[in-house]
Amino acid sequence: MTQVSMTVNGKAVSGDVEGRTLLSSFLRDKLGMTGTHVGCDTSQCGACVVHVDGAAVKSCTMLALEAEGASVDTIEGQAAADGSLNAIQQAFQDHHGLQCGFCTPGMVMSAAALLKENPKPSESDVREYLEGNICRCTGYHNIVKAIMAASGQDVSAIAAE
Amino acid sequence: MPKDSGIGASPKRREDVRFLTGAGNYTDDINVNGQAYVHFLRSDVAHAKINGLDTSAAEAMPGVVRIFTGADFEGVGGMPCGWQVTDRHGDPMQEPPHPILAQGKVRHVGDPIAAVVADSAEQARDAAEAIVLDLEELPAVVNMKAALEDGATKVHDDLTSNLCYDWVLGETDDAAVQKAFDDAAHVTTLELTNQRLVANPMEPRVAVGDYNRGTDEHTLYTTSQNPHVIRLLMCAFVLGLPEHKVRVIAPDVGGGFGTKIFHYAEEAFCTFAAKACNRPVKWTASRSEAFLSDAQGRDHVTKIELALDKDNNFTALRTNTLANMGAYLSTFSSSVPTWLHGTLMAGNYKTPVIQVNVKAVFTTTVPVDAYRGAGRPEATFQLERVIDKAAREVGVDPVALRRQNFVTEFPYDTPVALTYDTGDYNGTMDKLEVAADFAGFAARRAESEKNGKLRGLGVNCYIEACGIAPSNVVGMLGARAGLYDAATVRVNATGSISVMVGAHSHGQGHETAFPQVVAEMIGIDESQVEIVHGDTSKIPFGMGTYGSRSLAVCGSAMVRATEKIINKAKKIAAHLMEASDADIELKDGVFSVAGTDKSVAWGDVTLTAYVPHNFPLEDIEPGLEETAFYDPANFTYPAGAYACEVEVDPETGKVTIERFAAADDFGNIVNPMIVDGQVHGGIGQGIGQALLENCVYDDSGQLLSASYMDYAMPRADDVPFYTVDHSSQTPCTHNPLGVKGCGEAGAIGSPPAVVNAVIDALQSGGKDVGHIDMPVSPARVWAAMNG
Ligand code: FES
Ligand code: FES
Repeated sequence: MTQVSMTVNGKAVSGDVEGRTLLSSFLRDKLGMTGTHVGCDTSQCGACVVHVDGAAVKSCTMLALEAEGASVDTIEGQAAADGSLNAIQQAFQDHHGLQCGFCTPGMVMSAAALLKENPKPSESDVREYLEGNICRCTGYHNIVKAIMAASGQDVSAIAAE
Repeated sequence: MPKDSGIGASPKRREDVRFLTGAGNYTDDINVNGQAYVHFLRSDVAHAKINGLDTSAAEAMPGVVRIFTGADFEGVGGMPCGWQVTDRHGDPMQEPPHPILAQGKVRHVGDPIAAVVADSAEQARDAAEAIVLDLEELPAVVNMKAALEDGATKVHDDLTSNLCYDWVLGETDDAAVQKAFDDAAHVTTLELTNQRLVANPMEPRVAVGDYNRGTDEHTLYTTSQNPHVIRLLMCAFVLGLPEHKVRVIAPDVGGGFGTKIFHYAEEAFCTFAAKACNRPVKWTASRSEAFLSDAQGRDHVTKIELALDKDNNFTALRTNTLANMGAYLSTFSSSVPTWLHGTLMAGNYKTPVIQVNVKAVFTTTVPVDAYRGAGRPEATFQLERVIDKAAREVGVDPVALRRQNFVTEFPYDTPVALTYDTGDYNGTMDKLEVAADFAGFAARRAESEKNGKLRGLGVNCYIEACGIAPSNVVGMLGARAGLYDAATVRVNATGSISVMVGAHSHGQGHETAFPQVVAEMIGIDESQVEIVHGDTSKIPFGMGTYGSRSLAVCGSAMVRATEKIINKAKKIAAHLMEASDADIELKDGVFSVAGTDKSVAWGDVTLTAYVPHNFPLEDIEPGLEETAFYDPANFTYPAGAYACEVEVDPETGKVTIERFAAADDFGNIVNPMIVDGQVHGGIGQGIGQALLENCVYDDSGQLLSASYMDYAMPRADDVPFYTVDHSSQTPCTHNPLGVKGCGEAGAIGSPPAVVNAVIDALQSGGKDVGHIDMPVSPARVWAAMNG
């Protein structure tokens, strides 16, 4: 066991981990932050996306020890302190961009990274950026719509209903 | 103006807030103090005799609590099948045992052999690697046709063959069917495969067993669509436990799509092991393990023949299907290719003579059971493909051919055991023609052709039997369960309401939609109504969520219970206003006496029910809580018409979905936003089946598509925005809300639309291609074009 320390959603945390402990498992099992989900074991689904030093990372693909000293942001840190949703979260609710909610944390974190890079993405920008995030429930329609809406674009004309 | 509350409104989903903030409570998020972890040692070969199993070295590994093998489960029941199909000779299906851990033999890659319980998940996994296993490999049984040949290796030595059943529905007189074909002006024949799929809800399965010695009570947390069904099956058939000592909790569940209906060995194992080890026991499937242990879907090989007279009326339909059961009978596996498939072969059409034959086959593969649509997509695909082929062969427009043969009068008794209560297939097709902009297709095709692409338009219809199902009917057909549902409406003293429902929400938004109904019936704000589900200790009973049944069946129970509440509340109101019950009206949460200005508010009545100082105690009991069980009178019949436009790149064979439109008739609609979302998701999965997904075993029974690297599911850039229209509405005639169900439609209706579109594109490019099996991959399209 080795001690690892990092900042998660602005708070200093530390814990003992094995060399093989993944960042996703450190967050979920050691810190009890179960908002970050694990949907696969081949780095394909994106349910585990968090931000490490501002960049979107699949936390199942990074060892906890690799995040030593890093600043990690997770879904738990996205809403305001009073619980109000941020613009992306709100757009997901407004446009029914989630059903079972399992892919949602990763989708929201990926969307945040996209909008930082590309504040007014086109439909195809969004679809391409989400290559690494699988949703089995929504057929993506409302996820793409929500992300475009979160970027301030008018989505009312998107394929009826 | 769209409504902003009640039935027909689209309030934002209340469950979203917890899911969007990481505050959901999924089964893997649950950790019980002192829990141990289980790792299953699974077979890595398809078929073998277990000659030796030595756990002694593994038992000495650090952290190991106990190792279980098949020997620990001798005398314990096996996993039951919930539906006994009767074959064409009147005999019951062959039903092999399905042990929790392998007994002497393994029958598919992933079959669990031993289970290591240890202090940590890593220790359990490490120890499992130290188990010494001596397997004597036997020939794999993968191909269904070969499995039925004389002398084929048997999957189950104690059965007479690999045939589970040979079943027939509709016209059983072969000669009569043959005569209809002999008399036909034209016969169209199609052989096709409906490939095996993996449901792949994004949340892998998890089970946590907990046992309290002090009270002798078991708790099982599990990723289930139907916690009461799990409790019933596990208690009555597997572990022999009294139900009142077992609590099953299915908390937030990350998608199901059918594969979380079934009772799985891992659930029974964790329940059993928690007592045996006197410690909570947790199992979390990895995705690779999910591929080897979640029941898979579809996997039919079919020959279908359609007979037409000289005026292009359908005169007869004959279909022969081999349906793969896998190695064991999963909970509802036997019903899928029979009563959920054969009964749908009439489709939307008045074909007078129909014969459906299904042979179900055991193979050394993962068990197959219901996956979104369950039998109905298989029926729809073959029927709508053969109609499209027939239209081309006789030279008529495929939409016109369908319209000509539509059922137009209701109720309609099909030749395959169903009675459609209502529908308007022409009206729905009219909606589709607009939604899909048929009129603009020629111009879009010309544009594609300018860019060197072929463009095709594919159209199809579907009908499904949902709202599953009348218990007396399914009982006659072999179901070993009733298929009613239940709800308890508990009104609190201050007027707020908890509704305990047997349906389970794992993405369908019940927590938002169900309160819309109750609130509208009473006339109070939706925020006053809360839905409770997913815990056998909190809800009366429930058969759960599948078969697009939640609102049609459980919602009906909820309506009936709310009606009882209103009736009782009216009696209380009558007493308070010194009027007769019959004169009391309820509107907008206020009881009034007809023709007077006397009124009393909802909250005053509910408070009186719990503070019964001035109360008709001689007539009614205090309190305000009612339960209703609702058993549907018939199935419901959602139906629709779908259109897909594809572009095919003739250089590479790559297919892209350019447009997709759906026109559905779901009867009345409670929350249009949620209904649209359900259709979108279904279409996404259907496009996945049509273009991408394929669960493949090699000849030795190894699963080649056992991860997300190998099993291709649609990503955001594989699909377009969809146009969804559900304004064609013929309300269901036999349930109180007039609803039909919408959860499976998209997955049923979309695969044939995609394939029909691809064929249309190729035909437009002068390629006379009759059929391409799914997934319609670039390689297959290219081969068909150049073959
Ligand atoms: S869990 Fe990280 S990509 Fe799937
Ligand atoms: S909402 Fe269920 S997987 Fe995306």
